[in-house]
Amino acid sequence: MAEIVIKNGFVIDPARKINGDVMDIAIRDDKIVEKVGSGAKEIDARGKVVMTGGVDIHAHVAGPKVNVGRLMRPEDKLFKSPNAQAPYRVESGFSIPSTFKTGYDYARMGYAFVMEAAMPPLHSPHVHEEIHDTPIIDQGALPVFANNWFVLEYLKNREIENTAAYTAWLLMATKGYGVKLVNPGGTAAWAWGLNCLTLNDPVPYFDITPAEIISGLIETNEYLGLPHSIHIHQNSLGTPGNYEITLDSFRLAEGVKANNRFSRDSVMHSTHVQFHSYGGDSWRNFESKAKEVMDYINGQKNITVDLGCVTLDETTTMTADGPFEHHLNQLNHLKWANTDVELETAAGVVPYVYDKDIKVCGIQWAIGLELGLYAKDPMRTFITTDHPNAGPFIRYPRIIKWLMSKKAREETLESMKYTDKVIDATDIHSLDTERTLYEIAQMTRAGPAKALGLSHIFGSLAPGMEANVVVYDLNFNDMPDDPEQIERAFLRSSNFIKSGDIVVKDGDIVSHGNKRTFWVNAKVKENPQVIRDIHEKFLKEYTVGLGNYTVWDCLAPNPYVIDIDVEA
Amino acid sequence: MALVTLKPYKEPELYLECNNISPDAFAGKTAAEISELEVREGKTRVLLGDYFEVSGKPGDTAEETDIHIAGDCSRIKYLGTKMTAGSIKVDGNADMYVGGWMKGGKIHITGNVHSFCGIAMEGGEIIVDGNAENYVGSAYRGDWRGMRGGTIRIRGNAGNDIGTFMLGGTIIIEKNAFIHVSTHAEGGCVIIKGDVEGRVGGQMVKGDIYVLGKIQYMLPGFKKIGTVEKDIDGVSASFNHYIGDLGERHPRSKGKDIYANLFVMAS
Ligand SMILES: [Zn+2]
Repeated sequence: MAEIVIKNGFVIDPARKINGDVMDIAIRDDKIVEKVGSGAKEIDARGKVVMTGGVDIHAHVAGPKVNVGRLMRPEDKLFKSPNAQAPYRVESGFSIPSTFKTGYDYARMGYAFVMEAAMPPLHSPHVHEEIHDTPIIDQGALPVFANNWFVLEYLKNREIENTAAYTAWLLMATKGYGVKLVNPGGTAAWAWGLNCLTLNDPVPYFDITPAEIISGLIETNEYLGLPHSIHIHQNSLGTPGNYEITLDSFRLAEGVKANNRFSRDSVMHSTHVQFHSYGGDSWRNFESKAKEVMDYINGQKNITVDLGCVTLDETTTMTADGPFEHHLNQLNHLKWANTDVELETAAGVVPYVYDKDIKVCGIQWAIGLELGLYAKDPMRTFITTDHPNAGPFIRYPRIIKWLMSKKAREETLESMKYTDKVIDATDIHSLDTERTLYEIAQMTRAGPAKALGLSHIFGSLAPGMEANVVVYDLNFNDMPDDPEQIERAFLRSSNFIKSGDIVVKDGDIVSHGNKRTFWVNAKVKENPQVIRDIHEKFLKEYTVGLGNYTVWDCLAPNPYVIDIDVEA
Repeated sequence: MALVTLKPYKEPELYLECNNISPDAFAGKTAAEISELEVREGKTRVLLGDYFEVSGKPGDTAEETDIHIAGDCSRIKYLGTKMTAGSIKVDGNADMYVGGWMKGGKIHITGNVHSFCGIAMEGGEIIVDGNAENYVGSAYRGDWRGMRGGTIRIRGNAGNDIGTFMLGGTIIIEKNAFIHVSTHAEGGCVIIKGDVEGRVGGQMVKGDIYVLGKIQYMLPGFKKIGTVEKDIDGVSASFNHYIGDLGERHPRSKGKDIYANLFVMAS
């Protein structure tokens, strides 16, 4: 029995409405407890902030498209791969770090859980192999559904029960966590060289619209009562004027009630809204519609969002939105990889430089932050960069700095070549809001944990919760004048205890921890038609046999399975 | 100028990665401190002094520091990486990455160099009295931002992939080269005073290539537009002027398409 007590820190735990109270946090084995004995190992957190481990709801950190990025961009590792310090593994890469660097960097920042945001079902074994090779952090993965032939065919006929049976089967087969939608219908259309740019563009051959796919999958998700809501990357990402399509998609959630036993209230998680809050009709008159988008979200309580902030870095874009990546390649002429995943999805990868001296990039940067500042409910608005699409996840501390400090925002804005044009196209210069540590904890911990249906283990320091405790070198009562210190503190935690194991000390990794893979096993009533359809499709259409499709247990050797019995 | 002399006294079993042999790393240090600089042999940390006898004293700045390696560096990589000023002279050969990412100063190798000499160079001068292997003045693997400035002169032959993704600066190969010259280049100038086997200027957007010998196999993406008289690195001659690569995208300036230029000495 291992006991630890983190003493005298300023505890910030929004789930219990604790805001900076000086308290001790006690740990026994892998859980937080009320009290421990006098022999417990003591960690002094006096003068420092104590939070629960971070929860990242959306990042691309494992699987084939991440690996294509790594293969395609050896230059991403250049001068960014310091020699290994025994007994730890070499860390390499910046925007597409190696699996080891991914685990170490998240741990240094005090993150406990990371959701891989797009798993191509056919390649789920690869996703799980990489998750297994990513130390310390717990992870899950969201298989993509919105361009899958089974789903398109069932939903075209409004067969929710069949969609649900197939969804449950696919979650089991891929050890998946929830239902991801990427450019609903548009990626399937890409196989014909087309796209679905509005919610009513029919998908070729399947003759179903994005709106029908989205509504059908919301209904399916709530029918199954999954821990997470649907998780959607909407149509028309990254296009001037797309905010209206974004609002149209949000409206599909109106009036739908969450059905689950995981205290989740939302029925739609809309990801990287920064890419979906664009006004204008070309890059010339491109402008922010962050206010319009966030005004709607503020009033629509059953939607959660993550920001997808542009961090002004050289990065690597990668998405199952195949047509978008082709479009991006036509803009920047850099390398482009593209793949079609039979019957299921597609993907593309293109390097991208968000240069602060390019007007459009400056406006994108502002939009991400405006969304974070306009949000009225930090419990429904989460910090992400759509890693690595808008920037690498190691910039979360920088986003926190920008959200917490107008001075930091103004400094970045001032350093741009087109400061005045960025100010004209956005509200960033006039926004005085500065987020508090309490709100940051909501946006990075309590909020995402609740949206993922994991608030019973993550997102709080209440007794009984998973023993994920991080200490940041920030004085709650005397916050630094220099915003750089905020970024530094969040980048390298003083201490991080993950599931009761001390994994970070003074910003350095000191243990490989005990990572787990989270997946959802939804048991539905046996559905002979769906079973027959699966067998038939694998026989006729897939290039692999059904027996070789399912993820072997050995690829997720330390599973955390959430079982759901779906009532017939 | 202040001179530091390194005398190799032990052959490394593997290759030594010596990013730390540069006027920038030496400036302001004593000979003893220079001996203590860390280098890598495979995954093992070793000290410069484990392989070199260090004597003399550097200047206070890189600019005031000359380094003389009195012996062969065939198993030494990364000499002069990122150096900004001063000089390095090697009596003999050097291994890969001589003067990589170099910004200024001068490197003189009296023997041959292995691959990646002057990779992603930004300024300064590299002179190699012998031959070079592949990737002279090329971009780093995968990068689209290659050599930006400075001069590389190889007095002997060079291998393949010279000036890949080049954006500026000059590369002179005094004898022959193999294949792939200025692939993807968007600037800069490559002069080959001998023959080239082929694949000269593939996917080249902008920039110049001069071949004073013969190209055995021309790429079909280059079109002859005339003949010009030129004075190139001390040789006055008549050149056939080609533009290309016609299969690649090209920028427009003042209403005209900008092409890469390939000049081949008229026989
Ligand atoms: Zn994403």
